[in-house]
Amino acid sequence: MPARRRAAVTIIAIGVALLAFPFVDRNNAQIDFMANAGAFILLALGLNIVVGFAGLLDLGYAAFFAIGSYSYAMLASQQFGIHIPFWVMLFVASGIAAIFGILLGAPTLRLRGDYLAIVTLGFGEIVPQTFLNLEKYTNGPNGISSLDQPSLFGKAFGFSATPYYYVTLVLIALGIVVASNLQNSRLGRAWMAIREDELAARHMGINTTAAKLSAFALGASFSGLAGVVYAAKLNLVSPDEFQFNVSVLVLSMLVLGGMGNIAGVIIGSFVLSFINSFLLPQSTSLAHAAGLVNLDFTNYRFMLYGVILVLMMLFRPEGLIPSRQRKAEFHEALSDPTLAAQEQAEYSGAAAAP
Amino acid sequence: MEIFFQQVVNGLSLGGIYALIALGYTMVYGIIELINFAHGDVYTLGTFFSLAILSAIGVSGEVHGPALIGIVALAVLSAMLLCGVTGVLIERLAYRRLRNAPRLAPLITAIGMSFILENVMQLWRGPSPVPFPQVIPNPSASFGGVVVSAKQVLVVGLAVVMMAALQVFIYNTKLGKAMRATAQDRDAAQLMGININTTIALTFLIGSALAGAAGFVSGVYYGTTWFFNGFEAGLKAFTAAVLGGIGNVAGAMLGGFLIGLVEAVATQYIPGGAQWSNVVVFSVLVLVLIFRPSGLLGESLPEKV
Amino acid sequence: MTPMLRLSEVRKVFGGLVALNDLSFEVAPGSIVAMIGPNGAGKSTVFNLITGVYQPTHGSIDLEGRSLRGLDTAAIASLGIARTFQNVRLFAFMSARDNVMTGRHARMRANLVDSLLHTPAQRAEEKSVRERARELLRFVGLEREADSYARNLPYGSQRRLEIARGLAGDPKLLLLDEPAAGMNPKEKESLIDLIGRIRARGVTIFLIEHDMQLVMNVSERVTVLDHGEKIAEGAPEVVRRDERVIEAYLGRADGAA
Repeated sequence: MPARRRAAVTIIAIGVALLAFPFVDRNNAQIDFMANAGAFILLALGLNIVVGFAGLLDLGYAAFFAIGSYSYAMLASQQFGIHIPFWVMLFVASGIAAIFGILLGAPTLRLRGDYLAIVTLGFGEIVPQTFLNLEKYTNGPNGISSLDQPSLFGKAFGFSATPYYYVTLVLIALGIVVASNLQNSRLGRAWMAIREDELAARHMGINTTAAKLSAFALGASFSGLAGVVYAAKLNLVSPDEFQFNVSVLVLSMLVLGGMGNIAGVIIGSFVLSFINSFLLPQSTSLAHAAGLVNLDFTNYRFMLYGVILVLMMLFRPEGLIPSRQRKAEFHEALSDPTLAAQEQAEYSGAAAAP
Repeated sequence: MEIFFQQVVNGLSLGGIYALIALGYTMVYGIIELINFAHGDVYTLGTFFSLAILSAIGVSGEVHGPALIGIVALAVLSAMLLCGVTGVLIERLAYRRLRNAPRLAPLITAIGMSFILENVMQLWRGPSPVPFPQVIPNPSASFGGVVVSAKQVLVVGLAVVMMAALQVFIYNTKLGKAMRATAQDRDAAQLMGININTTIALTFLIGSALAGAAGFVSGVYYGTTWFFNGFEAGLKAFTAAVLGGIGNVAGAMLGGFLIGLVEAVATQYIPGGAQWSNVVVFSVLVLVLIFRPSGLLGESLPEKV
Repeated sequence: MTPMLRLSEVRKVFGGLVALNDLSFEVAPGSIVAMIGPNGAGKSTVFNLITGVYQPTHGSIDLEGRSLRGLDTAAIASLGIARTFQNVRLFAFMSARDNVMTGRHARMRANLVDSLLHTPAQRAEEKSVRERARELLRFVGLEREADSYARNLPYGSQRRLEIARGLAGDPKLLLLDEPAAGMNPKEKESLIDLIGRIRARGVTIFLIEHDMQLVMNVSERVTVLDHGEKIAEGAPEVVRRDERVIEAYLGRADGAA
């Protein structure tokens, strides 16, 4: 199979290039950017399990990122004098996030798609607000600082971004393997079946409760991992890093790249991170250098997310790199009013029997 | 006990604003089953529009006498008009194309629209809170220790008038009947010769205009606003719409006042109240959606096989 | 002999409206049984009660002597009841193969860890289920459509795919909801042949149908439902001559559909 071989060669080439990156580019700021972008790729891979695979629109995904970050901050710092090692915390925090994924996912199980979205949004507001309000444990708006530095074989990570970059890279590689394994498995098919027709899925003997909860749990565990790495690298957590716009940012990454498609999601995520933390600030400095001191492109960030969501939904809902499925789904639904009408009737449950 | 009644009065005023916003959510959901996420931002736009009108005619403080009525009417009506047009434009440019798309597509689009509007307002009026002129003289009266201010009377009064007008419109005019027919069964309505596009546009016009009115009222009531104001207010109003039974106009009003009361009472009686009041309101949202998604005045519908 | 399926005095009330009134009947193992009746007689409600979409207001439903009371749809499916739907409900944007493989869900063993790690046991199971899906697609005549989206198949093929998906879990009992609806005479003929071959695999079949030709051809027993009540039951040729049936059903315009 030449196509398969070509894919393998491409993956290896990208892998080598990524491993070599910190040696080639010694600019710490750029490695730092890559490490941050990596954390968001992890988030996007996780949200893709929930939204892309299982079709559950989670608008409060940043809550799990917050839970992962705060887990590290509370269990690996002077805050309570607990110092669990970074490597152990990766497991602990993703476990804690997964448990919260189940706890917050459980109430939404019976809800229709758009109500589910709003309930998750509600949770997404409640969680950071709770971290903010529980001042006694979280220092409220000041957040928790001086987190433990990770170390490997007795060598501390220090303030270089490079070790974090490699940790993120390894986690992303694992994430890709896990996500694609899931996609091609009994559970992955169950998720897709639920996404397509929940009632028919139940008639296949699929326990939709368990399947949905495992999607929430696995999706959340990815952001638990991302939270630990992000918190350790920043050496600080504060409640304002986990607002609604973070959830929407990650959703925009999925929408841009292509929901349900692992490669698409990674690229969408990287492109948005690049625009966000590189292109916008850089073009702002260029503008300032050119004498346009009032121009600040970073102020257009929300606009960017909004425009991506609107334009993609209107003109390319399957994303830049769509999964085969989603492409057909959106286009055929758009071009076939009967299907859409049927779907609507099923959702609303109000239409008369055919 | 006075404290409690004071919070009831405060809650009703908050609730008047939420109710006006909730009407837009409920009307749009009733007719195209879309949670119009950008609606809360249209409400904030209403505040900024009326602020712009007031500045344009040079009003920056209290106005007395007959001029007050004229100025309030001008500010309210122009905010309503501009917001109405904005709502219609959003529907025309974004949502209409997606009427037959998978259900989550328009919702995602609406979230995108919300972000665009917020950013536009941020660029227009900056990222910090903007003061709103205290146009209305604000005497207050005390009833056995419970203080009622003129502003509060205005908020509740205006909300009630608007709602009454809306009821009359929906139940007693041809266009209102077309709206109800379209909400009930779009295909059948079309067969009866109702222009669906016009009717949906009209729904957006009215819903957004009411949000515009709420925007003015909130400016007067709070004396300040900022570009992000509509996010929280919008969510609370949506909660109100769901609480009352989404798609149900009377329910939206009831829900609005109830949410206002919950917020005011929670602020008063929960230790550390103010900072938990949002958590309380969102918890109400979550609980209602989970346990009674059809709301107080809605009917539950069985699953169709 | 224990019946495959037994309904005893099953009643279903929807908000004051009696959809089914004390319905009792049995389906013998290995048989093909049909239920007919005019539109709105309550036939689909019977299926929805059997598969746990609704719970009966009163009465009991047993599968091989085991009560289905309180079980949800997924649990009932796992006990060996598969069904098709009146208005085909395939997983539209999954391939025909994936549809059939999903039909095997309840009989598969891979757990979360297997799915995550693709353990050797998981790979072996996937391989055998894939092979099985191929065999079933061949059985219903869709072997060349394995990679097509269910959505893109012609209507008749969609109905066949739904049957293949139902068979994937080795059901004891297969419920077919108007399998011949919308089919041309040629498609109907091959459907009759298919139903015969399914029974030959040892699957009991209970079908709802409008098409009298099909019912008379394939079924051994017929139950007639009108306004939620059983008005006749017996061999097809007997039921056909029953006065009440003729009045309630065959005499009507839609009876010939």
